[in-house]
Amino acid sequence: MTIKPKSLQFDTLTLHAGSRPDPATGARATPIYQTSSFVFPDTDHAAALFNMERAGHVYSRLSNPTCAVLEERIAALEGGIGAIATASGQAALHLAIATLLSAGSHIVASRSLYGGSHNLLDYTLPRFGIETTFVDPRDLDAWRDAIRPETRLLFGETLGNPGLDVLDVPRVAALAHEYGRPLLVDSTFTTPWLMRPFEHGADLVFHSATKFLSGHGVVIGGLLVDSGQFDWNAANVRERFPTLTAPYAGFHDMVFAEESTTGAFLLRARREGVRDFGACMAPMTAFHILQGIETLPVRMARHVENTRAIVAFLREHPFVAEIGYPELAEHPDRALAERLLPRGCGAVFSFNLRGTREQGRRFIETLRLFSHLANVGDAKSLVIHPASTTHFRMSAEDLLRAGITEGTIRLSIGLEDPSDLIEDLGRALYAASKAA
Amino acid sequence: MQLEVAGRNVYAYTGSRAFTAGAPTVVFVHGAANDHGVFALQSRYFAWHGANAVAVDLPGHGRSAGDPLASVEALADWLREVVDALGVRDVSLVGHSLGALGALECAGRYPERVRRLALLGPSVPMPVSEDLLEAAGRNEHVAYELINGWSFAPGSQLGGNQVPGMWMLGNAMRLMERCHAGVLAIDLAACNRYANGLDAAARVQCPTLVVIGARDLMAPPRNAQALIAALRDVRTVMLPETGHSMMAERPDAVLDALRKFLQ
Repeated sequence: MTIKPKSLQFDTLTLHAGSRPDPATGARATPIYQTSSFVFPDTDHAAALFNMERAGHVYSRLSNPTCAVLEERIAALEGGIGAIATASGQAALHLAIATLLSAGSHIVASRSLYGGSHNLLDYTLPRFGIETTFVDPRDLDAWRDAIRPETRLLFGETLGNPGLDVLDVPRVAALAHEYGRPLLVDSTFTTPWLMRPFEHGADLVFHSATKFLSGHGVVIGGLLVDSGQFDWNAANVRERFPTLTAPYAGFHDMVFAEESTTGAFLLRARREGVRDFGACMAPMTAFHILQGIETLPVRMARHVENTRAIVAFLREHPFVAEIGYPELAEHPDRALAERLLPRGCGAVFSFNLRGTREQGRRFIETLRLFSHLANVGDAKSLVIHPASTTHFRMSAEDLLRAGITEGTIRLSIGLEDPSDLIEDLGRALYAASKAA
Repeated sequence: MQLEVAGRNVYAYTGSRAFTAGAPTVVFVHGAANDHGVFALQSRYFAWHGANAVAVDLPGHGRSAGDPLASVEALADWLREVVDALGVRDVSLVGHSLGALGALECAGRYPERVRRLALLGPSVPMPVSEDLLEAAGRNEHVAYELINGWSFAPGSQLGGNQVPGMWMLGNAMRLMERCHAGVLAIDLAACNRYANGLDAAARVQCPTLVVIGARDLMAPPRNAQALIAALRDVRTVMLPETGHSMMAERPDAVLDALRKFLQ
């Protein structure tokens, strides 16, 4: 073939996808459209917008031009067809579930989840009639055995929180599709720079954009992305997803899967979930996340480089018992990580101190550069003790199942000079070892 | 709605409206490796503004059964059978790309069945590059990539979709990927072989609208000039900074052109 396809590369898309110079002012940066609503040119146009005969913005809960740029950008970076920006990562997860499931439905989820996701699935959704079975993400038979007739969704994290189990996306996706169910993946820890789950078979992806995508710890936001690959209308599948394949009285009996073969999920999610639950993103937040994504490739490369240096240091330290980083030979998912995460395994990992709970406290309180707080994916390095914070609601048994002990410390490695981070960690480890 | 055409099930999107006898009918005909969804906004508008909008899935595409039609002439005959199946005397035809060629040939063959004709992104002839034909013949993904690269104007390659939150290139790619193996090759070969466009144009008796994307590389504006000259009652709308995927790139401009012409 003499002609090559013309398409923009990932790093270019991080800067340009979804945005053009503002037609009104020529502004090169994406303007913050800080408005609740948008003027209709005439009454016919207004009616057409409300009835999905014309495209455009009506009210910033439903859509907003600044948020729309962000939605297109993440969809382009993930290789999807579109996205919805939400108030938080939790709102994105809830939107995905609420769009597909109803009372009586069931989810099969990895048991290695962010504590907030675990709360939603294990404690809150059962109150609305949605049950979840948690499984060992590495045990494919457990995934299979947990699927029931009423199962509507399989769900896991690309890198499980906090033990960094690597989700075998190709195999879990293949299993989900064998049973006619979609796979939803939380890709917060990896971002599309490290893994593009749609290329491995995942159907839906969500992010807490609060983390590496925005990258500077200044906003809360979520993004829900659709691959457009799942065939909601396939025989033996369509009956499971009446929200997409049956007439919806809440929108003139629209059948979303007829309206768009590829975009049915996002249509319903926006026309019902965002409209009715209202967990939309503010345009200022979208602007901050867009600013972050512009530097995602260079930041992620440095995050990973710094993390490797820190892991190498900790591995040799006598006061460190074990490190959960999938690039290490002893990590059970090393081979899988090499295949799915060739650029690296991110910048969040946990390790266990050889010491008491008191020594763990001393370690955290001695750190100077690492900030003790409940977040990851900041440009600044962070530290937390999961057992007493992010995962404190989980029973001791569930903690162990999720790979967390009383001595587990979680680090999120930032963009500082790695020698300064190593010095900070070395000093804190020394202080902890003397605190016995 | 479901129709039976030549013994096969045919799906047609109607904007969630029931077919109303006596109302004017507009049939929307998609292009290669696409389905009715490319006309979702425009067809829905007409469905809710006094017309029967019928956005068909061509045989072997979307939800319609059967094999893809192997020639533009076969597509034209099939469209006449759709008009029969709808039980109406005549319809307005809106076709895009391959669908435009089929609509043109149908209006030339059966002028009494076509009230108005709208051709979006037509090219007469519609030669398809050898590279693309070969890649499609081998069912290679690069065929879809070539089409996406040529179908969106340079500005549209960056996005900026009028439909909030939708990435046009990704959606177009996924829609083509959903086609069964071989469908694109058959569609493109039909476009490439069609040699009767100017004769058909000379036989068209109804008013015709030609909508052209000024930056269309799949159906370059110059390739519509002979067609426009051959049509006896024609008006032309040129959409600036627009490529071949005009319904996605400029949904309102396409709708406004159709409204002005059809209503």
